[in-house]
Order: sequence, then C-alpha cells, then structure tokens
Amino acid sequence: MLDLLHQIPTAFLFFSSAFILLFLPQGLARNFVLLGTPIIAAIQIWTLGMGDFSQISFFGFELELMRLDSLSRIFVLIFCLAAFLGNLFAWHLRDTIQQVSALAYAGSAIGAALSGDMIALFFYWEGTAIASVFLIWARRTEGSYWTGMRYLIIQIMSGVILITGVALYYYDTGSITFELMELGSIATWLIFISFGMKCAFPLLHNWLQDSYPAATITGTVILSAFTTKLAVYALARGFAGTEILIYIGTVMALFPIFFAEIENDLRRVLAYSLNNQLGFMVVGVGIGTELALNGTASHAFAHILYKALLFMSVGAVMYRTGTSKASELGGLYRTMPKTAIFCLIGAASISAFPLFSGFITKSLTLSAVAHEHYTYIWLALVFASAGVLSHSGIKIPFFTFFAHDSGRRPKEAPLHMLLAMGITAFLCIFIGIFPNYLYSILPYDVNYKPYTMEHIAGQLQLLLFALLAFAIIYRRGLHPPEIRAVNLDTDIIYRKLIPSIVLYVSFVLTACFKLINIFLVSIFESLLSRFHHSHGPDSPRAASWPAGAMVISIASLLGLALFVIFFS
Amino acid sequence: MANIAHVAEHTTRSLIDHLPLLQVLVPFCAAPIIVLIGSRRLAWPLAFISSVISLIISIILMLSVREGGYITYSLGGWAPPLGIEYRIDATNAFVLTLISMIGAVVLPFAYTSVKDEIRTRDHSLFYACWMLCFTGLLGMVATGDAFNVFVFLEISSLSTYVLVAQGASKDRRALTAAYDYLIMGTIGATFFVIGLGMLYMATGTLNMADLADRISDQGANRTVRSGFAFIIVGMGLKVAMFPLHLWLPKAYTFAPSAVTVFLSATATKAALYVLMRFVFSVYHPDFAFAKNTLEIIFLPLAIIAMFSASIVAAFQINFKKMLAYSSIAQVGYMLLGIAILNETGLTASLLHMFNHGFAKALLFMGAGALVLRTGSSFYLQISGVGRKMPITAGAIVIGGLSLIGVPGTAGFLSKWLLIQAALERSSDNSLYLLVALSVVLSSLLAVIYVWRLFEVLFLREPDLSIPISEAPVMMIIPMWILAGSCVWFGFSTDLLYDFANQAALNLLGGSMGMSDSVLNLGTN
Repeated sequence: MLDLLHQIPTAFLFFSSAFILLFLPQGLARNFVLLGTPIIAAIQIWTLGMGDFSQISFFGFELELMRLDSLSRIFVLIFCLAAFLGNLFAWHLRDTIQQVSALAYAGSAIGAALSGDMIALFFYWEGTAIASVFLIWARRTEGSYWTGMRYLIIQIMSGVILITGVALYYYDTGSITFELMELGSIATWLIFISFGMKCAFPLLHNWLQDSYPAATITGTVILSAFTTKLAVYALARGFAGTEILIYIGTVMALFPIFFAEIENDLRRVLAYSLNNQLGFMVVGVGIGTELALNGTASHAFAHILYKALLFMSVGAVMYRTGTSKASELGGLYRTMPKTAIFCLIGAASISAFPLFSGFITKSLTLSAVAHEHYTYIWLALVFASAGVLSHSGIKIPFFTFFAHDSGRRPKEAPLHMLLAMGITAFLCIFIGIFPNYLYSILPYDVNYKPYTMEHIAGQLQLLLFALLAFAIIYRRGLHPPEIRAVNLDTDIIYRKLIPSIVLYVSFVLTACFKLINIFLVSIFESLLSRFHHSHGPDSPRAASWPAGAMVISIASLLGLALFVIFFS
Repeated sequence: MANIAHVAEHTTRSLIDHLPLLQVLVPFCAAPIIVLIGSRRLAWPLAFISSVISLIISIILMLSVREGGYITYSLGGWAPPLGIEYRIDATNAFVLTLISMIGAVVLPFAYTSVKDEIRTRDHSLFYACWMLCFTGLLGMVATGDAFNVFVFLEISSLSTYVLVAQGASKDRRALTAAYDYLIMGTIGATFFVIGLGMLYMATGTLNMADLADRISDQGANRTVRSGFAFIIVGMGLKVAMFPLHLWLPKAYTFAPSAVTVFLSATATKAALYVLMRFVFSVYHPDFAFAKNTLEIIFLPLAIIAMFSASIVAAFQINFKKMLAYSSIAQVGYMLLGIAILNETGLTASLLHMFNHGFAKALLFMGAGALVLRTGSSFYLQISGVGRKMPITAGAIVIGGLSLIGVPGTAGFLSKWLLIQAALERSSDNSLYLLVALSVVLSSLLAVIYVWRLFEVLFLREPDLSIPISEAPVMMIIPMWILAGSCVWFGFSTDLLYDFANQAALNLLGGSMGMSDSVLNLGTN
C-alpha cells in the first residue's frame, strides 16, 4: 500500500483528489476527501526517505517531480498541514469551485516545492496562480472579479518572467536543474525578479494587500499559506546567501508596519503583517548561513500556522458579523470568548512571546543576523518586531475583541472553525514549548537553545515596553504621544516614536503611492485608448480595404523586395 | 517500399509505387464523380472516403521518408526533368500529412455545418469544389515541378473563391470577400508565374531540382534575381504575410464555417511550404540576395505582424474575425522561423505550421458550432454560452491555450523552439535577443485576446431566455480529436519534433539536384 503511494508524485495526489471531488456529492464524502488528501500526502512524505523519486521526460528534458531533501521536506509538510487546517476551517462550505481550487492550489504549491528542475517548477508556479485566483473570484462580487484579474495578471506575469529566465539560463548553462544560482546574468536576474514578485518584494507587493483581503473568508486562510512561502522556498533554494536579499528583506520587514498601523480593515492589516513577516524570512535567505536558513524554514513553518490562526479568528468574526473593519468591531470577547483566546494565542505567537512558536523561530533569524555582524539590519529587525507586536499582536485582538464595545453580540464561531483554530493554537504553543520537534526537521542540524536567560529577558523587555507604550498611548487617547517620548528610556526611543513617525511617514508614503498609482493608471489608460484608436475594430488596421489599396500594398512590397535584392 | 524511387521504364509497378500520384489523384477523381453522380446524399460520403484514403496515403509516405531521402515519381513514365516529377521528401510529406489530416477531420464537422449554412441544392457542387480545393493544396505540396505548382495553386485558389462565396446565403458580404480574394489571389498567382517565367528564361527548365542545379552559379543573373522577388511576393500573398494579408480577415469571417476551418488550417500552410521550398531548395540562402531579403524584409515584417495583428485581434468583438487576425499574427511566427535562418528556427516554423493548423482548426470549429447554435459569432451573442455548451467551450479552451503556447499544449513547443532559435543567433548578433523577446511579448498579446474570449464565454451572464443546446455529436467528435491531439502533442513531443527536424534538415540541405537523383535512389 505504502509502496504504491510512494510511486505517485505528491502533487498528483492532490490533483486527482480535486478531480474526484467533482463527482462526489456535497457533504461528508467531499469533506472526507478534502481532509484526507493532505493527511495521506503528509504520510507519504514522512515515510519516503530523502532522494529523487519521479522522473519524466518532457521534450528532451528530464523533469524531476519528486526531489525530497531536508529543505523541501519541511515546506511540503507545512503545506500539507496548512491545507488540512484550511479545509477543516472551511468544513461548512458547499462551494465546489472553492473546494476544488483549494486542493489544486495546495497541490501546485507542493509540486513546486518538490520540483527538481525549473521547467516543472514553472508548470506548478503557474498552477498556483491559476488555481488560487478562484478563491478570490468565489466571492462573486464585481470588486473581487477585478481584484482577481489584477492578481492573476501579476501572478501569470511572474511565471512568464520565470520561463523567460529559465530559457536564457538553459541557453547560458545548458542546465535546467533548480539549484543555487548566482545573480549576474540576465537569466538569473529574471528568475530572481519572478521569485520576488511572488514573494511580494517592496514595490512588487501590491497584489498581496489587494487580493488577500478580497478573497472569501476561508479563501484568505488558504491563500495566506502557500504562494508567498513557496516564493521564500524558491529563494532559499536558488538564491541563498545573495546579499541584496538582506536589504530587500529589511525594507520588507519595515515598510508594511506603517501601512498596517493606519489600516482599518483587519484582514488587510494581516496582509501587511504577512508582508512584514516575509521580510524576516527573506533576510534569513540573504544571510544564507545554516543557522539563517534554519531560521527561515522554521519561521515559515511557524508563520504559516499563526498567520492562518489570525486569519481564521478574524475570518470567524467576519463569518458571524459580516465585517472585518476595526471601527465596527469591539467587545466581542463577551460572546466569542474561545475565538478571542485563539486570537490571543496567534497574536502572542506572531509577537514572539516566549513559550509561543514565534519566539523559537524568529530568534534563529535574529541570531543569524547578529552572528554575521549586520548590526543595523539587526536593529531594524528588532524595530520591525516591535511593529509586529503593535499591529498584529495588539491591534488585531484588541480592536476586535476588546476596546470600545461595538454593541454586537454574535454567536461563538461554529464548531469546525473552533476545532481548526484549536488545533492550530495548540500547535503554536506546542512548538513554542517543545522546539526540538520542529528543530529536528529543519534543513540543517540545529545546535541552538532558544530558552536562555538573555533571550527571554531581551524579548520580554522589548515586548513589555512596547505593550507599555501602547497602553500609555491608548490611555492618552488623542494626545500627541511625542510628549511622552522624552520620558522613556533611550533604548526604546525607536518604539516610542512609532505613533508620530508612523502617522507622518505613512501619510506621505500613501500620498506618494497614490500619485504613482494614478500616474501609472492614466498612462495605461491613454495607451489603451491610443491602441484602440489605431488597432480597434473601427481602425484602418481592422477595416476592410478596397481591392485597389490592397494591390498598392503588393506593388510596394514587390518594389521593396526588388530594391533589397538588387542593392543590398 | 524503400526503393520505389527511380524505376526503369517498362517495369511493372505495384499500386504502392503509385502512392505519390494517388495522393493527389484520389481527391481529384472524387470531384468529377461527385458531380456526375449528382446525389446530395452520396456527395459527403464520397468526399469523406477519398479524404480518408488521402490521409492513409500521406501517412504511409511520411513513414517511408522519415529517415531522410526522397521518393520520386515520374508522371506517365517520362523521366524528369522533361516529364513532370512528383518528389516526396520529409518536408512535403509532413505538410501533406497535415493537410490530409485536417481534411479528414473537418469533413465530419462540415456535414452538419454545411447543412445549416448552405442551400441544399448546392451541396454536391459544394463538396466537388471542396475536393478540388483539397486536390490543389495536396498537388502544390507533392509536386516537384515548378509550373505544376502554379497549376495546382490555381486549382485550389479558384475552388477556394467559390467556397468562400458560398457564405453568401447567410451573409451577402461573402461575395465581396470572395471577390477581393479573387483579385488578390489572382495577382499573387500572376506574380508567381511571372517569377517562374523569369526562371524558365534563364534556365530553360521547370523541374525544381533541375532549376536548383542550373541557377546555382547564376547568383549574379538579374533575371534570376527578379524572379525571386516575384515568387516570394506572389507566394507571400497566399501566405497572408503582413502587409499582404488584407484579403484574409474578410474571407475567413464571411466564408461558411466549415470552409474557414479547412482553409485556416491548410491553405496558408501549403503556400508557406511552397515559399520555403523556393527559398531553400530552388534558390538557396547562400545567395546573398536571398539571405538579405529574408533578413531585411521577412524578419521585420514577421515581427510587425506578430504585434500589429495580435493587437487588432485583442480589440475584436467578433470571434471569427479575432481568429482571422490571430492567424495573421501566427503566420508571423512561421515566417520568423524561416527568417531566422537556422535549423532550430526552421524546425520551429514547420512545427508551428502543424500546431497552429490544429489549434486554429479547432477554434474555428468551435466558432462554427457557436454560429450553428446562436446564429452569430459576435461576442455579444455568444456571451456566457460556455455554460450552456460546456463540451464545445471546453474544446475551445484547449485550442486557445495551445494558441497562446501554454506549456502542456502543442503550441508551447514551437514557440519555445522559436525562442531557442533566436537565442542561438544572438551569439553573433545581439539584436536577436530582441527577436526572442518579441516572441515572448507578442505571446502575452495572445494571452489577452484568448482571455477575452474565455471571459465572454464563461464569465459573462448568459441570456437565459434563449434555450441553447450543446453542439451535435458530429461536431463535438472532430473538435475533441483535435483538442486531444493538441494536448497529446504537448506532452509526447518527440514524434512531431523528429519529423519537423528531419524536414528542416532536408530544406537546409538544399536541393538534392537532378544528378543526385539518378545516383541516390530512394531512401537511405
């Protein structure tokens, strides 16, 4: 039985399940397939040793469909886990499109992570794009249609850039193996940019905040797990130790903080914080040491869990109240206590409180940065950690479940959602308390103790001061918080300054951003109308010409041909 | 089979030795038989049977020359160069197979479509014309005699004009479309025959291999050179090379659906083959003027066609017209493959001929099925039809993906090869990097126009008040045969690639010459 299972590439398991789903009636049978597939896949991966397992020949190329090594294994496992949790959370769903695309999407992401060559990678890369867009469209609103379209265009473009890069790379080196590359040729730059688009590098990131909050409640949970983490995996595989990634990652970790602070839609806040978390992973990839790559992999693992948990809790609230706007929520802990607790666990994990999963993974990356003596980067990341606490750790649970009472009294989330959140929350804590289980499946051997006195003290110091700052600012209400800044200790000035600088910087950034956006949109529109004028159905190019005019074109071409033939 | 080539006179020949002739003769005889019998019921079966026989013959021929070499057949026992010679090598066997495959697959589709779109009393004449057109296209490709090419070209063209004009019972504009095509086509054919006349003047022969031998040292001869200009412009018109494409959108839009399917997949391809034959086998790119013409005229025009026609297609609001413009763009890719002037490029071009023939026939069939059910091919009328005719629409999706060149469909391979070909040239001329880039960018335009179609078919709300049923089985089966081949050839790539590559090598090898043919008999 197990032998037979080992023969099938994991991605195909998912695809065939997605196909079978079409023929099953809604209800238990479907849910069984939806939950069973990731479990079977995880068992397959777990029992399969390391190595290359499935080759097919395609157009003269040998494609590696199952390259299982320590780096791909951890990503595949967490993808399976995320697919399981996401589908459990979506137990109530009776929408064929979402169910099929969730499985196909997970399958593509897993297939991509297992691809040993860049052509198979490209197939799956586009697969994730196509499968996932239906999770956005499934909301079936005008807005989500256009959002999905924008998302699709960017994702497909990333694939097109990838295959162009691969073609050039093949031309340069004669190899399509997906392995460590060096930036330097056009080929590798194109591949790098394509990864960067999926990874939401700064300025390439808009699709993320645009699309994730626009998806369905359950769709967002699924979306948050795969695409960007796949990109992180691809970077870790292809560009580990590329120094520019350290700076890109730092910017990624920093800039979303400002946007997240002022954003009202909580799902969008989470999308920004997703961006910020990716920054940490990208920095880890950029450092490229064993410690750093371990940090990236484990961070991705933990991050998928707690980010899914946060999206689930906000999703559950949205499921019950119909909104995810901070200004319309508040005081929900009275009637949704369990959801509130799970949300707090997610918040504690993302903020890296000791005993929660974020703590044992983020410290790996930070230590790696410190170890390589990137002092400023380290400082920036610490600052970003505080930012995470502020917008994800405090803002999300606080404005949803506490703060002012919105007067809403929704029911507690349905059982399957609670179950999904419960399992995720349990995993967050479990990983936090027993880090060795996670450490044992990391790409490299771990010789790291997260629970040392200085780690705990340092982290608590940071967190508690940030909490304190938040409490003070919140209590002071409208008062401009700069006044208090003088009184705070010097080593947390950067955190104290958040509210004022944040507001100012974010205002300026938003304005610039909008301007650039308007500028680009207007250029695009004028280009489109010009093309429509010259190439549209009513233009001369598409009109039917009188025979005389056609004959002139023949005569002139003949003249040209004779000219070239005689005079060149 | 291998050595049927040159057989001494008075030797008895078996039926199989006559295959090169039978390839053309079977449909040629079918045409008058259909007319003489005059029965509407028997017209279609006769046409279908002779198409299937042609298909079988072409496959046998293709298999026997796949390793290289060629089969010659002298008509009436008169030895070439005096007699007319049919010469089958990998290149034209490949194109013959494409044409006869399409012929055999389209006819079942035509059965229903023709009943719907053409007056019943014209049916037997219609199929007779169809067979003549089919004969002409096969003859143009099979023959090794330059003047014979012209004869068959005229046979196919004249019958094509009639076929296009048959659309008039549905839309009178088919008449002007056919008229324009007639004027243009005649000018093209005239140019071609003028070119042949010049060659004849300079050499005194019309056999292609003999021509190649005799002009090989006449590169400076102005008559030979002007002949080249006339031939490529004349054939360029038939190929619908930009800017000689103006006849094509109208003809394809207003012709009966079945005719459009057939023509789009075969007519331009046969003309393209003749163009290749003349550029590579009769003339040769070793002539500086031929090389310059390809690089200075063909290459830029091909790229312009790829973009300009694609943009027009992206803005179109009529399914058939959109496909017509996309054909012009796709012809651009094939010409580009020729103009890149290396083995990979030529392979890509031949492969694209095949892949595009399949995808375009499939898409035009889809359009025909939609026309049958909704009465129109305007986007407005076919909005949301994908939900009511899912089987037809599913086939259209596969055709569209192959047209874009999505990996996993046949269209991917040829575009990939084309990019490879341009990159190979870029090592000595970096401008070819731009050429490679333009293939990628113009494919993005294909994404836009195909996507628009998908959007119309699936994402728009259907008009629920009109009941629309799925297309008839006679249409669905040919569509899915083509859709299946698009996917099959997308994954099982070696078969087609090997044939196309052998065909390209043949072309690049130049003419095998008359003298060779006596020494090197048949295949080996």
